[in-house]
Amino acid sequence: MKQIFALLSGLVFGLGLIVSGMADPAKVLNFLDVFGTWDPSLAFVMGGAIAVTAPGFALLTRRRSRPFFDSQFRIPTRTDLDPRLLTGAVLFGIGWGLGGFCPGPALTALPIATTGALIFVPFMLGGMWLARHTPDLSLPIRKGAPQ
Amino acid sequence: METEFTPWLSLGGGMMIGASAVLLMATNGRIAGISGLTSRIFARSTDGEARGVSALFVLGLLMAAPIWMLVSGDWPQQWVPSSPALMAVAGLLVGFGATYGNGCTSGHGVCGISRGSMRSIVATLTFMAAAFVTVFVTRHLIGG
Repeated sequence: MKQIFALLSGLVFGLGLIVSGMADPAKVLNFLDVFGTWDPSLAFVMGGAIAVTAPGFALLTRRRSRPFFDSQFRIPTRTDLDPRLLTGAVLFGIGWGLGGFCPGPALTALPIATTGALIFVPFMLGGMWLARHTPDLSLPIRKGAPQ
Repeated sequence: METEFTPWLSLGGGMMIGASAVLLMATNGRIAGISGLTSRIFARSTDGEARGVSALFVLGLLMAAPIWMLVSGDWPQQWVPSSPALMAVAGLLVGFGATYGNGCTSGHGVCGISRGSMRSIVATLTFMAAAFVTVFVTRHLIGG
């Protein structure tokens, strides 16, 4: 049952990306271009998503001790701001601004088979692999945060 | 290139994304973070069950555009940068940065902010700022 809902969640997520326009790099890049051909649409995507997710998560974790088809809610517990988080976010932001794709839209757009998406996705997967195999250079200044 | 301002479609699509995140949390107890789910499919440390759930979520994502095509008769409208070198660098940075920084637009930007996580709020402000600056540089300083 949980597998069916995982598939369904992915499908709804992908359709949401398409309907919202976020799967289109032209709209993403225009959202980021405040001093040019600005298209503020994507602020509404994030607003709409958070407007559903925030009360949804709150209600779920208050009413239930575990998900419907699994043993526990797996919710991140870390609260420290480590250099890794910030370095990753800066690199991610630069890549997002260059290509107009973040991971969800890139995967959603992959079957449309544009040259850009066909190149972006394998390199994205390669980048993920690299990040998993990059030793944490900031380890000495961190105080035992679980990985 | 101009794109049309679509507040209602974007709001509606955003709410679908939010509903998907709540559905995955309600049924599987997992954060709908695309970079996390994707990299977990290939990571050696992932247990079989998490791998399966992650792979099915990503399969659902991959099915969205073909289903859209079957229903509407057209692929979703999009314009994708086509420079191979640019897209290779962009892909590498996005994949590396998202995994290194524990999340992307969905994991930090939607799910994390919805939980009120300080890490996610800082990460989202950081990658948004980096993206705004990048587009300013490429479109107005270099390409302008």
